[in-house]
Amino acid sequence: MEGIGIFLEGISKAFGLILSSDPEILRITVLSLEVSMVATLVGAALGMPLGFLISSRSFHGRSLVVAIINTFMGVPPVVVGLVVYLLLSSSGPLGFLRILYTPQAMILAQALLTFPVVCGLTISSILALDPSLKETLKSLSAPRLWEAAILLKEIRVGLITALIAAFGAAISEVGAIMMVGGNILGYTRALTTAIMLYTNTGEFALAIALGIILLILSFAVNLTLTIIQMKYRKRR
Amino acid sequence: MAHVALRSVRKSYSEKEILKGISMDIQRGELISIVGPSGSGKTTLLRIIDGLVPPDSGEIRIDGNRLTKENAPTIRARVGMVFQKPLLFDASVYDNVALSLKFRGVPNDLIRKKVEEALDLVKLKDLAKRNALTLSGGEAQRVALARTLVYDPDLILLDEPTANLDPANVQIIERALTKANVEMKTVVLVTHNIFQARRIAKRVALLLDGAVIEIQDTESFFNRPLDPRTRLFIDGDLVY
Repeated sequence: MEGIGIFLEGISKAFGLILSSDPEILRITVLSLEVSMVATLVGAALGMPLGFLISSRSFHGRSLVVAIINTFMGVPPVVVGLVVYLLLSSSGPLGFLRILYTPQAMILAQALLTFPVVCGLTISSILALDPSLKETLKSLSAPRLWEAAILLKEIRVGLITALIAAFGAAISEVGAIMMVGGNILGYTRALTTAIMLYTNTGEFALAIALGIILLILSFAVNLTLTIIQMKYRKRR
Repeated sequence: MAHVALRSVRKSYSEKEILKGISMDIQRGELISIVGPSGSGKTTLLRIIDGLVPPDSGEIRIDGNRLTKENAPTIRARVGMVFQKPLLFDASVYDNVALSLKFRGVPNDLIRKKVEEALDLVKLKDLAKRNALTLSGGEAQRVALARTLVYDPDLILLDEPTANLDPANVQIIERALTKANVEMKTVVLVTHNIFQARRIAKRVALLLDGAVIEIQDTESFFNRPLDPRTRLFIDGDLVY
């Protein structure tokens, strides 16, 4: 019964926090959104072209490369955090950047998480296309750029799915940003790392409140992307 | 000089020989029909003439120029191909037809005129704004034909363009092909429908198991076939 009480208190606190526009909560929320959105865009900027390249050219070992990318779609965030931490630590190869425990490090870690998600889903979208599409374009003498533009249009719903999945992976993870961001109050504290902290310190109602804010945020972003996805779905 | 000249064209897939040394000449302005049962190599032959797949051996000459991997895109620009199952793009009927001209850098005002003419020819003017993916099979095939005719190719290759279509759609497509042929376009029509071949072709070739069995003018092909297998095929008695 006590658990339910804490949960209900958390819900009422969540709405209280949202309505009161608590500056610290606002800062945490904005940082979470910024980091995850930028990481999703970076992951997409790298993952989409690479996915396009891998799926539209046949080369020796392509299946192996696709299998590796698919494996990394499910890589544990804490492992990515560890790798980025080692890269950015003062003795690491990228230590000279001096960005460990900054939002930039958090973006880098989450971008490494979103990149294989976007790349893998781009590949599967292209491989799922009707094989006669490319032959039709070739037969109609489509120039390379036109061919790429039409292929992109044909897989647009799959690409939006990739963005939804990547953003979901980024906004919900805690392991990577905790390790490379350090959960510093007012600087690198995000919604997921704050939830973990408040749970550890016994402030369950606050943790639940932040969890609800996280869910609302995630829902709002996904709803927007889903509306776009439904608008552009194929009529086939 | 023949518009299309094939010499000893061979092609195999997975060790199965699909084309066993095809040689034939197709003259400019001719409407030739290649008939034969399913699996006889008709589609592969068309794909090879369009430069979509290379032959294992032999040569193809279009207007005297030997077709190679390097010059295929240039030669293909004057060739149109209509596939059995047309793949239309997720766009309006108008845009699907206009794309072939956009690929060729045709100015917009000319595109409008040519697309309207092409849609008129296949009786689809009223559906110009409809999304092409919502069309029936017959309408879709007519869009595919329009997007080929719109860029005025010298050589039109058609792979079973009227398979499974109702008589009204068949008639519209056949009329459009006959008109194109009157305008001195070379038309190569692959079909297993011998009645269609008889209706519109000037010459007919029978392809059987990857080899040309007989090639004659339409009247002789149907009334005085030289090979007994042609007679069996015409009569529907050929077992394969």
